[in-house]
Amino acid sequence: MLAMNFRGPQRVRIDEKPVPEILHPQDAIVRVTRSCICGSDLHLYNGSVPDTRVGMTFGHEVTGVVEQVGPEVENLKVGDHVLVPFNIACGKCVFCRQELYGNCHESNPEATAVGGIYGYSHTAGGYDGGQAEYVRVPYADVGPVVIPEGMDPDDAVMLTDVVPTGYQAAEMGGIQPGDTVVVFGAGPVGIMAARCAWLFGAGRVIVIDQIDYRLDFVRRYAPCEAYDFRSIGDPVLFLKKTTDWLGADVCIDAVGAEANGSPAQNLLGRGMKLVAGATPALHWAINSVKKGGIVSIVGVYGPTQSLVPIGNVVNKGITIRANQASVKRLLPRLIEHVQNGILDPKALITHRIPLEYVSDAYRMFSAKLDDCIKPVLLPPAARA
Amino acid sequence: MEQAIIDPAQVKGWGIDADPKNDPTYPMRTRTGEEHVGYRWERPPLQPRTVEVLHSNERPNVSAVFGTSTPPSGLSGMLRRAAFQYSESSFGHWLPLMLADRISVMEGFLGDVGRGHFPNIFVERGGKAEWKYNRTAVMVPALLGAALASAALIYLYQRRPTEERSRARRLPARPDAA
Repeated sequence: MLAMNFRGPQRVRIDEKPVPEILHPQDAIVRVTRSCICGSDLHLYNGSVPDTRVGMTFGHEVTGVVEQVGPEVENLKVGDHVLVPFNIACGKCVFCRQELYGNCHESNPEATAVGGIYGYSHTAGGYDGGQAEYVRVPYADVGPVVIPEGMDPDDAVMLTDVVPTGYQAAEMGGIQPGDTVVVFGAGPVGIMAARCAWLFGAGRVIVIDQIDYRLDFVRRYAPCEAYDFRSIGDPVLFLKKTTDWLGADVCIDAVGAEANGSPAQNLLGRGMKLVAGATPALHWAINSVKKGGIVSIVGVYGPTQSLVPIGNVVNKGITIRANQASVKRLLPRLIEHVQNGILDPKALITHRIPLEYVSDAYRMFSAKLDDCIKPVLLPPAARA
Repeated sequence: MEQAIIDPAQVKGWGIDADPKNDPTYPMRTRTGEEHVGYRWERPPLQPRTVEVLHSNERPNVSAVFGTSTPPSGLSGMLRRAAFQYSESSFGHWLPLMLADRISVMEGFLGDVGRGHFPNIFVERGGKAEWKYNRTAVMVPALLGAALASAALIYLYQRRPTEERSRARRLPARPDAA
């Protein structure tokens, strides 16, 4: 089969690989119909996540048709068109039973901090991902959901990660009616977080980024105020002024380790990789939230140390909430929102690219070429 | 310049999920009464180990399922095995893994060449997309590289006869030259 093949930082290509097999009685093999490139894939692409091995296939935002099921799979059958949450979750461990599906303890041998994630390095379990023609789906009775009749597959693939992550970012903010919410980052997750902040009753939503076309997009899509941090001087000072000098009630970090805005952190975290990425977005979030406010983090950081003003977290009495989205917990509500026209996730998809051009797709997304917001890879059979 | 503030009442779905009880909020545990039980749940069936799987020393075993992509091998594999002697809290774990990642790039390159495939790094880096949408980003380093290479060649070309001349000057006169 055709599959993306990681060859080193900023080097990927399409290659022939063996079709995956059932390795566990609760596995399914899924023929991929859609596979997105996620902003967090760029951390892998740039070599920022430890134990990202050459030869791996990335891809954790997948829809596909069930081709084969293991002997213990009961809820799926061959031919079902499913969306596959990015978390691999057993449904049995204490964390899954507590609905912390991103923290499953039976899907990732290599690290205890996070559960298994498709195609996300060996730090997330060592699974080959879905930027391929086929993917192995463990615990097939737990995660995958049959795409509801009439739902556009482009909407479905966005429900595997982007929508739940953006929604949970807003949910973790504990937004109360009238709250001012600031979202750092106008990538797909930041855009969705800004959109979802309104659903929780935000009174004002502000997005900070530096890419003009993304700011224009989120301004229309969320809708919200959206500012280029390069044009507002000190973003923290700007946000203090515009919130009557006290700060936002909720700040959301939807950027993670690839944040721009601090040359020193760029050098240390992105250039020399001495710390786990650059953290200006989180730094600004902590410093521009109100005393007693909430900082919600969905941006992805490496597992080593990061430079954050933890002293201000203490002094301001800030609550920090963070996690990988618990996709399975959120899906029923989010499917409703899509079906009722409250959320329109497919509008974020700007590029539909044949899987064979995966190198170009990564480059376009990474370098933000051609006003790319969200690229989706289409395997040959899905284009027929 | 500050932009107009959006009127929430005009936003589709405003407040549809508002809930005063949403604070404290997720990621909270749904209490099941098992909070203090420890690692004692009924485990799923265990996936047979057909490849070498490293596991964090912060757990007693390999998880019930695991990925089988790219098992450790070569020098990078030795480093990875060493890294897993240390906990996830230790630099002794993460730094060798980062080093192993860099070494595995070289191993991958040599593996490609060994199979008779010389990787097209321009294509692997998405050079075609860059050329189509951001030609300057391709041209500037290419022109810079060409300029540096030309300068080096010119320098070497000019230097060679000078050295030869110098060497000739240093040679003693032949006895029969007089």
